[in-house]
Amino acid sequence: MDILNALILLLNYIFIPALTYGSQLALGAIFVTLIYGILRFANFATGDMMSFGTMITILFTWYFQSLGISLGVLPTALIAIPFGILFMIIYMLSIDKFVFKYYRVNKSPPVQLAMVSIGVMFVTQAVVRIIIGPSDQRFFDGEKFIIKAREFKEMTGLNEGLALKSTQVITVLVTIVLVSLLFWFLNKTKTGKSMKAYSDNEDLALLSGIDPKKIVMITWIIAGILATIGGALYGLDKSFKPFTYFNNMLPIFAAAIVGGIGNPFGAFLGGYVIAFSEIFLTYAYKKFFMYILPESMEPESLVQLLSTDYKFAVSFSILVIVLLYRPSGIFKGKVL
Amino acid sequence: MRKNLNVIAAYSIMMVLIILVGVFQSWNIALSIFNMCLISAVMTMGANIQWGYAGLINFGIMGYTALGGLAAVLISVDPVQEAWSAGGFDILMCLWLIIALVLIIRFILKNFQKSKVRTYAIAVLIISGILLIRFTAEPGIEAIEDINPAKTGFLGGFGLPIIFSWIVGAFFAGGLAFIVGKVALGLRADYLAIATLLISEIVIAIIKHEDWLTRGVKNVIGLKRPAPYEVDLQSTDWFINLVEKFNSGKLELISNFSDRQAALNQLVIEGSSVFVKLCYSGLFLTVVIILLILTQKALYSPWGRMMRAIRDNEEAANAMGKNVVKQHLLIFILGSAIVGIAGAMLVTQDGLFTPGSYRPMRYTFLIWVMVIVGGSGNNFGAILGGFAVWFLWIEAAPIALFLINFFTAGMSETHILKLHLIESVPYFRFLMMGLGLLLIMRYRPKGILPEKIEIK
Repeated sequence: MDILNALILLLNYIFIPALTYGSQLALGAIFVTLIYGILRFANFATGDMMSFGTMITILFTWYFQSLGISLGVLPTALIAIPFGILFMIIYMLSIDKFVFKYYRVNKSPPVQLAMVSIGVMFVTQAVVRIIIGPSDQRFFDGEKFIIKAREFKEMTGLNEGLALKSTQVITVLVTIVLVSLLFWFLNKTKTGKSMKAYSDNEDLALLSGIDPKKIVMITWIIAGILATIGGALYGLDKSFKPFTYFNNMLPIFAAAIVGGIGNPFGAFLGGYVIAFSEIFLTYAYKKFFMYILPESMEPESLVQLLSTDYKFAVSFSILVIVLLYRPSGIFKGKVL
Repeated sequence: MRKNLNVIAAYSIMMVLIILVGVFQSWNIALSIFNMCLISAVMTMGANIQWGYAGLINFGIMGYTALGGLAAVLISVDPVQEAWSAGGFDILMCLWLIIALVLIIRFILKNFQKSKVRTYAIAVLIISGILLIRFTAEPGIEAIEDINPAKTGFLGGFGLPIIFSWIVGAFFAGGLAFIVGKVALGLRADYLAIATLLISEIVIAIIKHEDWLTRGVKNVIGLKRPAPYEVDLQSTDWFINLVEKFNSGKLELISNFSDRQAALNQLVIEGSSVFVKLCYSGLFLTVVIILLILTQKALYSPWGRMMRAIRDNEEAANAMGKNVVKQHLLIFILGSAIVGIAGAMLVTQDGLFTPGSYRPMRYTFLIWVMVIVGGSGNNFGAILGGFAVWFLWIEAAPIALFLINFFTAGMSETHILKLHLIESVPYFRFLMMGLGLLLIMRYRPKGILPEKIEIK
């Protein structure tokens, strides 16, 4: 019985939150890695682009709510996301046309493009804050829990409760669907394959008749989908605040690089690596050991490897270690 | 003279702008902008040395600034005796442990050949070392943080004049840069950017949460000042006489004695804060001028030529027998040390240390906007960038407010769009920064004052 309690404890406080957070990071990391692989620059506007897409989604959610449209138990935001994606893609394509294209055509060094993306970051941040303000916005509605901790306790008779939020399930399901669609697209369709070829060797791809304009456009479209959905899921699960999104850029970068930048599958796994290690290392295991150890051996301290204040620092340290020992990432991306 | 015309013109415009603020808003605001401009200029010079001279991208400016600030705290605050007696021993033990750990690892790295066993041994050593350090430190840290947490709760510093911290801050930042440089300098440019950004976040996390050292988010307030206090000035005779002399024309117009006395008091209060700011300006200006002379000398020295050669063609410079790795590390340390000075200056000016206020937007990306806008590789450009961008950063809100009022003049006062826009005025500064950066990158990629190398 105690072993079961301990397992439920881990499931409730480590596994499910880490899986959700990891999915959100993974979507962002694939976004970073695609831009890096095909447009060849580190996009510092990642977090703010995600917050832009989320903002549009929130505005549409509010609009639908005011019209009285809802999905019942599911959050209304799910119908708003497609509109968010649409606006996001328009925004991204126009940024590309007015800003990034010039440098791409001139074959500027990647550092210059990264600098330009900082300009885009400032502008996007300003636009988001001017439109929706810097404060916390909640736009979740519908049923909050699938399983409540108390119901679970009554159902199973265990001491530990298991709470399963609907946003967690939605996040994981949407991520699975989206990522499998993406990998199918990249690996099986002709456009996807030409994207891969372009990322691998630009000149060779051009010689074999691949249209670079089309590739760039499709990259931004996929990026827009990933950014909006990733951002909206994060906002649904936690809450929307522009500053948090800017900060999230850092673990997202860490995930993309840990997974091997330029490699979408690596980025996907990298998201989970970062999320799980952040939560594993900062969780206080005291209760867990109280369940599995006999009473005489109960730990006195919290049995916490690092205090939760260092959550971000964990992912950054992993990144630094990976960069040192395996700069191409765990799953071999482009060699740096 | 002719070739420096644009430099002189740019600086005159900048000065006129600041003077205009003084005339139209107040001298107090103008001087505080001027002081912050000077501090920004120091930061920009540090970043410019790395980026402009050597092409190294450092997005960790925030971390070095914060370390400079930490130096200001550790140098100027009086030591907390109770805390030292409560937990000082444990902390010192930890320090020894860390030193021992580093030495042992160095020893292993030097004396054993690279192998899997060695790597694992080092990993085990580091992990067990960290656990050991935590166990030794924990009682000490708890004891220290328990001592009067509302006021101290930390070890305090050395109680020296705060001005020393400017040098110590440089050493702190340089030390961190040494470690970061050893670790990350081999990476490609954009990875270096990301790695330094993340490392600076780690530094901030440590400063924020190690309360025994920095008081963390509880902030350290009331630091010593190198300049006199306003309150003291207001009761000093020579200062009152000085203010009276300066404003004699204005004061003579008031015939009533008590009215004149009240006016004088008001002037003294205003004058005292202007005077204090002027003291700071003097100190900061000295630093900027010294740094400018040094960096300018370095830029035109053989060393500066070598750095440019390394920046423009690493392989060729390497082939000519220049030690690229060593020089990169050196310039990384130098630039970061200058940023550390700026961090200490900033805390000195504010008189308080608030770890929570260090955010990458303000302390890393804004400084980079300054470098790019001003002109990388040109020290005068870097300083100008610091001035221009900081000026715009502060004055963006009034400008935006003016523009909004201008464009929405036709709308009624309570129109929802107008109210919303006026509410979000503070965020227009981000917009202006972003647009400024994008426009400069597009149409004047070398900055307002581009790099100019004369070959004699």
